[in-house]
Amino acid sequence: MSDQTSTMGGMSVPRDRRRKLLGRLFAVLCGAATAVGVVALVVLLGDLALDGLPRLSVDFLNSFASRFPEKAGVKAALAGSVWILGLTAVISFPLSVAAAIYLEEYAPRNWVTRLIQLNIANLAGVPSIVYGILGLALFVRALGLDRSVLSGALTLSLLILPVIIMASQEAIRAVPRSIREAAYGLGATRWQVVRTQVLPMAMPGILTGTILALSRAVGETAPLIMVGAVGFIAFTPKSVGDPFTVLPLQIYNWISRPQAEFHEIAAAGILVLLALLLTMNAAAILLRNRFQARS
Amino acid sequence: MATVHDIDTGQRAPALEARNVSVFYGEKEAVRDVSLVVPANKVVALIGPSGCGKSTLLRCFNRMNDLVPSARVEGRVDFRGKNLYDADVDPVEVRRRIGMVFQKPNPFPKSIYENTAFGPRINGFKGDLDTLVEGSLRQAALWDEVNDRLGDSAYALSGGQQQRLCIARTLAVKPEIILMDEPASALDPIATQRIEELIYELKKDYTIIIVTHNMQQAARISDYTAFLYMGELIEYGPTETIFTNPREERTEAYVTGRFG
Repeated sequence: MSDQTSTMGGMSVPRDRRRKLLGRLFAVLCGAATAVGVVALVVLLGDLALDGLPRLSVDFLNSFASRFPEKAGVKAALAGSVWILGLTAVISFPLSVAAAIYLEEYAPRNWVTRLIQLNIANLAGVPSIVYGILGLALFVRALGLDRSVLSGALTLSLLILPVIIMASQEAIRAVPRSIREAAYGLGATRWQVVRTQVLPMAMPGILTGTILALSRAVGETAPLIMVGAVGFIAFTPKSVGDPFTVLPLQIYNWISRPQAEFHEIAAAGILVLLALLLTMNAAAILLRNRFQARS
Repeated sequence: MATVHDIDTGQRAPALEARNVSVFYGEKEAVRDVSLVVPANKVVALIGPSGCGKSTLLRCFNRMNDLVPSARVEGRVDFRGKNLYDADVDPVEVRRRIGMVFQKPNPFPKSIYENTAFGPRINGFKGDLDTLVEGSLRQAALWDEVNDRLGDSAYALSGGQQQRLCIARTLAVKPEIILMDEPASALDPIATQRIEELIYELKKDYTIIIVTHNMQQAARISDYTAFLYMGELIEYGPTETIFTNPREERTEAYVTGRFG
């Protein structure tokens, strides 16, 4: 080492030091940027846990909302969220994947396709309340689905369709051309290429996009208020035609009351919502790993 | 061009015959008016400098250019008495009967066995798949190296082994012609030699058209050589003639290494 520095001569040393200093400074800045996010999250979670954990119990999960905070629980909201989430996934996943496959593998490369593409990108940026208004007019009124789980799930599906479509397209595009050519070269039809090679390779990316989109959907409140999710409900949905409420709405409802006790159960409700999200993400990671292991 | 007639296919019908083939990418003409006869059970090499259209021409022979949206092919390619570009010809069927090996080894992200079995499976093969897989791997001179680990990922193989796996995969669908697009250009000299030996073996059962930018390789393995330059077929004939006594000035300049 000492040998090297001596042979390098004195001239390059000051410049070298400045270069290294800049590098270190950049690393520190990036680290600080990361820390902002991490610290904010830790503080938020800590605060929530302090307020909410004492209220978290089996009873809390098993009770309906009540005007007495000590008796109130999230049963209806949790069930509603799970219903909405499940139904939204079932509706939006096949639709989006099919649309992504069409756009990437089948659609001719012309101005119509480009227009569709542009619209999808724009739709992903439309505020969710607008989807709520659409859901109210289309599903609740025009199709007569009323203020039901189905209306809510359809509305949320519309909301996240563009997001999943774009993520799926990205994943499909990332499948190497050489793999497609290999399959075509062996006499595979377009459908066979898509089913046997493209989809399996793209699936981890598609699933990641779907989960991110569903995570967004589970936290949505505005569009569901529009389609008539109710703040106070004393039963769980039994079918897709039943009225419902969801966790974010229930939380909002509690937070907006003046009594401090309700704020505590709101914190507990947030913890339940977080647990639901984490469970979903864990399931997605498991699913993705299974796909990756297979390929 | 008169060179078409220099090829004596003997008693047998040619395996493939291109007539006035031109290929356009949008407005750009990548291959211009190429005619050539490919005799059965021979190795035909397509040589020429980069961008001369040799790969594009090769891809005409199994309608791979169909997959490029902007590509347009004119002229005809006769195979078994039928023009591959007739409206009633199914390109999927063409690609099954005229196989292709690509420049970079491109095995599927699956096991060695599944790679070899893929073609037969999608083509609805009924019969003993294990035997077919073994036979194909043997034909590609890969069986002895992989028979104890058929379930391993193809990505665990070396580059040369991967390319032989790709050849085995092509053989498994029992094509009549095999197109090879610089199959050894991504391999080291030893792996290249094994591929060349393999090509020599395969000639007994298959007709092979190979694109190469390695002139020594063309001289070693091919029976006929076609020299392309700027999208045109400059000269086509027995490999020995092309390399020792070419008729065209440009051919001689290229094979002696004066350009390209």
